[in-house]
Amino acid sequence: MSKKSYRQAINEAIASEMRRDPRVILMGEDVAGGAGTPGDQDAWGGVLGVTKGLVTEFGRERVLDTPLSESAYVGAAAGAAATGLRPIAELMFVDFMGVCFDQIFNQAAKFRYMFGGKAETPLVIRTMYGAGFRAASQHSQCLYPIFTHIPGLKVVLPSSAYDAKGLLIQAIRDNDPVIFFENKVQYDDIEDVPDEPYTIPFGEANLTREGDDVTIVAFGRMVKIANEAADRLEKQGISCTVVDPRTTSPLDTDTILECVEQTGRLVIVDEASPRCNMATDISALVAQEAFGALKAPIKMVSPPHTPVPFAPNLEDIYIPNADRIEKAVKAAMNYRVRETV
Amino acid sequence: MQLSRGDLLSAYRTMRTIRAFEERLHLEFASGEIPGFVHLYAGEEASAVGICMHLTEVDKLASTHRGHGHCIAKGVDVLPMMSEIYGRKDGVCGGKGGSMHIAEISKGMLGANGIVGGGPPLICGAALTAKILGNRGVAVAFYGDGGSNQGTTLESLNLAKIWNLPILFVCEDNGYAEATAASYAVGGSQVKRAEGFGIPGVVVDGNDFFAIYDAAREAIEHARNGGGPSLLHLKLGRYYGHFEGDATTYRAPGEVDRLRAEHDCLKRFRNRVTEASLLEAHELDAIDGEVEKLIDDAVVHAKAAPLPTEADLLADVYVSY
Repeated sequence: MSKKSYRQAINEAIASEMRRDPRVILMGEDVAGGAGTPGDQDAWGGVLGVTKGLVTEFGRERVLDTPLSESAYVGAAAGAAATGLRPIAELMFVDFMGVCFDQIFNQAAKFRYMFGGKAETPLVIRTMYGAGFRAASQHSQCLYPIFTHIPGLKVVLPSSAYDAKGLLIQAIRDNDPVIFFENKVQYDDIEDVPDEPYTIPFGEANLTREGDDVTIVAFGRMVKIANEAADRLEKQGISCTVVDPRTTSPLDTDTILECVEQTGRLVIVDEASPRCNMATDISALVAQEAFGALKAPIKMVSPPHTPVPFAPNLEDIYIPNADRIEKAVKAAMNYRVRETV
Repeated sequence: MQLSRGDLLSAYRTMRTIRAFEERLHLEFASGEIPGFVHLYAGEEASAVGICMHLTEVDKLASTHRGHGHCIAKGVDVLPMMSEIYGRKDGVCGGKGGSMHIAEISKGMLGANGIVGGGPPLICGAALTAKILGNRGVAVAFYGDGGSNQGTTLESLNLAKIWNLPILFVCEDNGYAEATAASYAVGGSQVKRAEGFGIPGVVVDGNDFFAIYDAAREAIEHARNGGGPSLLHLKLGRYYGHFEGDATTYRAPGEVDRLRAEHDCLKRFRNRVTEASLLEAHELDAIDGEVEKLIDDAVVHAKAAPLPTEADLLADVYVSY
């Protein structure tokens, strides 16, 4: 166990799996960087340095810089997965998935079902998401609900460095296509992470704290912010359970429902834009399965329905924060059914 | 040409099987018993067979909307194929794929594709697998003149070249992308497009089995020996509409009759081998009869085969959940 960043945890997960299994390869735009250039042959390690050093250990046969050509290389990763390799493709920013979505949702996601169960597609697509980088509308989106919508894909949202390593190793060993979302604002978050490889199963939520009054379900980066809000609320005498589902597909619906049944109140925090996101999905789940347990209406904390703005002051308002979560929790606590005469 | 008598008989049998399969589907579709969309390959048999005769089980292919011919040429059994098109449980994809997604991974047939231009990127991946595993495998991307205009195809040409992948790109140009002419929709030339990426390309008469066979042998050996990708631009004709039920009002009067009378790949094959006394007409007639029987049996089997059950609906979405 030692202190590691979210970035290091991901790098270690890839390296350990590439050492363990020669079929694991990595491809993407500048995953090494410097291919064909006169300068540094491991120039970048991805645009934010997450895969730095891997080309030095594994060579350009297994760490492939690609052209800026997402349809071709994401499709190639799907084809390689269907024929015996275990590729990790990096789609730099999830915002770029529009140009290669066919290869993900019509090809990779459907091989197994469409081919009568005879195909396996052990593909991992790693991608960056999230606002807070002053990167504006085309580099800041949280498109995980779109992938969650597609049967055949598994969708993973690690909220910490520890989870990032364990969930990524799990993803690489999984025989289905997995979309692995890395929050670009979290890469420098540091915490204790074991040195040795370990896995975290998909579909098992993590309770980052347990309380009696309100259940907060939060995704990805929002888990930390939800815990920050819960710390403040604790001091005011309100105790919260914070549920990190870790994966949106599969989704641990049992744990969410059990927590709601215990606390009777639910706040869902989702950084994705508010129409048809995880918050609306879970809200519907709880309304259908645990309506009777609710002591107050469900509260959803999401950004407004707008593209992500550039101006830093606007972006700060856009991103859900601890203040908004605190307010939502208090609203749930203070709700009273109006007495009818 | 280096074809043995056995090779010639086999080539004819496979082409005839594809033709009979497609002609029969045309009739059965009209009777209303086949669900969904069916896109027929009849008229293009020389391409699938002339190319796939050079492939082994380690080699992969990705197909198009018109996938039955490639499937048969790659060695997939006709019986489960027919069952699949009828949506039966014993179909090659368990009734989950249908005509547009017919596939048999174990035979290296990575699927017909419901998405025009969907196959070339996948074939780059299959070729990458062959290269990394070092098994001397080759991968073939079939696509039409319509698919040639998709960015995926152009991106794949580039990727194949820069990674020196063992790929044969085959543009099966039947002159129509759905109901729009290639002469209208394709700018420049297929061969020059390939050459623009540094990939050698050649135009081949798509109705001439022997010309295709020779060109494919050269290209596939080149790829197998580490020489990288190449392209064949085959000019051929489809005998039916884009899909079954298509009234083909966009085609010239008499166009298909002329294709059948003057350019049919099976007739040309038959004339060539009998005139050169390589095979006897009665041998080919015997194959015709055997193939008709095989297709009859497949249709009878498919119609009687059980449907998938409700439990099959949720099976195989994931390997495990």
